[in-house]
Amino acid sequence: MNRIKQLFQEKKNILSIYYTAGYPNTGDTVKIAEALEKSGADMLEIGFPYSDPVADGPVIQASSKQSLDQGMTLKLLFEQLKDLRKTVTIPVLLMGYVNPVLQFGVEKFCEACAEVGVDGCIVPDLPMVEYEEFYKDCFEKHNLSNVFLITPQTAEERIHKIDGLTNGFIYLLSSSATTGKNLEVGNTTEAYFSRIKNLNLKNPTMIGFGISDKQTFDKACSYANGAIIGTAFVKAIADGDLEESVSNFMKKFKA
Amino acid sequence: MKYKVNEKGYYGDFGGAYIPEMLYPNVEELRQNYLKIIDDADFQKEFHQLLKDYVGRPSPLYLAKRFSERYGANIFLKREDLNHTGAHKINNTIGQILLAEKLGKKRIIAETGAGQHGVATATVCALRNLECVIYMGEVDIERQAPNVARMKMLGAKVVPASSGSKTLKDATNEAMRDWINNPVDTHYIIGSVVGPHPYPDMVAIFQSIISEETKKQLLEQTGSDQPDYVLACVGGGSNAMGMFYHFMDDENVKLIAVEAAGKGVSSGFSAATTYLGKEGVLHGSRSILMQTPDGQVVEPHSVSAGLDYPGIGPQHAHLFKTGRGQYVSITDEESLDAGLLCTQLEGIIPAIESAHALAYLEKMEFKGGENVVVCLSGRGDKDLDTYIKYFNL
Repeated sequence: MNRIKQLFQEKKNILSIYYTAGYPNTGDTVKIAEALEKSGADMLEIGFPYSDPVADGPVIQASSKQSLDQGMTLKLLFEQLKDLRKTVTIPVLLMGYVNPVLQFGVEKFCEACAEVGVDGCIVPDLPMVEYEEFYKDCFEKHNLSNVFLITPQTAEERIHKIDGLTNGFIYLLSSSATTGKNLEVGNTTEAYFSRIKNLNLKNPTMIGFGISDKQTFDKACSYANGAIIGTAFVKAIADGDLEESVSNFMKKFKA
Repeated sequence: MKYKVNEKGYYGDFGGAYIPEMLYPNVEELRQNYLKIIDDADFQKEFHQLLKDYVGRPSPLYLAKRFSERYGANIFLKREDLNHTGAHKINNTIGQILLAEKLGKKRIIAETGAGQHGVATATVCALRNLECVIYMGEVDIERQAPNVARMKMLGAKVVPASSGSKTLKDATNEAMRDWINNPVDTHYIIGSVVGPHPYPDMVAIFQSIISEETKKQLLEQTGSDQPDYVLACVGGGSNAMGMFYHFMDDENVKLIAVEAAGKGVSSGFSAATTYLGKEGVLHGSRSILMQTPDGQVVEPHSVSAGLDYPGIGPQHAHLFKTGRGQYVSITDEESLDAGLLCTQLEGIIPAIESAHALAYLEKMEFKGGENVVVCLSGRGDKDLDTYIKYFNL
């Protein structure tokens, strides 16, 4: 069974961490995965960097640029992940923009994901219609979940369509924003989270964008199966001893 | 109509809307409404009234006598440089501001490279009393100071884009981010035939006034609305698309699009997208763009800020791939020389962008008597510094 499905069957309040591959140093990709699993992360989203990440804020863009400047490529990432499953057992998704995937080749990309033990993908600028027509069969053949995003502005009909197309979880954006904004759970956000909860979707949901501490994490967990932390984590590992930074960061959530 | 967009938002293999979900409602709102709004009789009346009384259209189609003698062909210049604000950009911003009003938007954002589109956007925002925020690369802010001052004077807020190469593509990224963060009350006026569907089609429709007028003017002046050649420069490609629009289905009219070769196509400092690029996705549409084998966008170079863009619009990619359009390139030096030549032969200082199109005349061979239309997309006032430095004037 796909590791993502299994995780959602077995656990609540899932903590998923996003980080940029090849940041702060090219060789850190797998080290971070191992450190995160050790300190209690339930799921990982490894970002493959892109030069023009329009859905991201300044922190993740800067980490992407640094990673690219240091020589990261999708090809190198798959080489780094070759032995991932010898040390990392939690579900791993790759997250990034569509153009590097297109240049790598969609079929080849799915094969490589399956080979190294990646369980799913999040490609924010891959439209649903394109996915359905050109990617879905390939993703399913390789047992890869494709995760779609929804925002407070996403219409209900579209949410149901997304729910039908995906088979991992649905990525609930806390607000319409680029990454790195703070989550302010006001009445409208609560109403939106409740609305989604009451739709009884077949897929589990994860709340992302704006989760940075225990308080916002717990709040998110009351509406969804868990939450995703990205910017706050990327900031936390910018310098210092990597394993120590990861462990210190994770302690805040496990208290 | 075989070169126009299909109902899925594609031109052959190119186009579509590759956008994150955060932009979907905005783009979908536009997609569902743009044709309805544009085709409305009241909209058309107001649009054309403003083009006439405010922009100064129709822009002349001028038979350039001394150019014609030099090349042995009838060289017509479509004088978009005479528009209010000095370039073709205003055709699009007038159209989009009226459309934004119909959609009930209160705030306008735009990206700009040379500043021409920024000025054209700030102008229509002043005209219609709407809040205006312009994103501009830090590098461009420095090299286009007079346009920055113009935008500020017009009441716009100019926000520097400090990521990446700090030029047009980064300004576009920042504008998209702004739109993501302000999804309800804001309209994004994209300045070229790029971006997710329906932008390339919408901008092409607003710019198509260029070829609509040209056809009428040619008919009056030559007795035929079919020239032998139509030339225009291409960055993202909006003046070219406006110039080609009503000629695309006239297969006997040769369409020539002139890209910026920069310091030479193989120099590593170029913006010759069709020559150096590959198919991929940039700024929301599938097109041709300059990129590494890993799919990272490559920084372009051109002396002309308006052509300094690593992609072309999806409709251009389609015209290129089908062979309907011929895509060529001109270096920085060739364009500057052509700019000076135009000034001295015709008394017109062209924008360096437009000078790229003029420069290609030097490379063409004419039998004699052909009718050739060149889109003189903008005037060169903004480029005086560059001309002065290059020619030691």
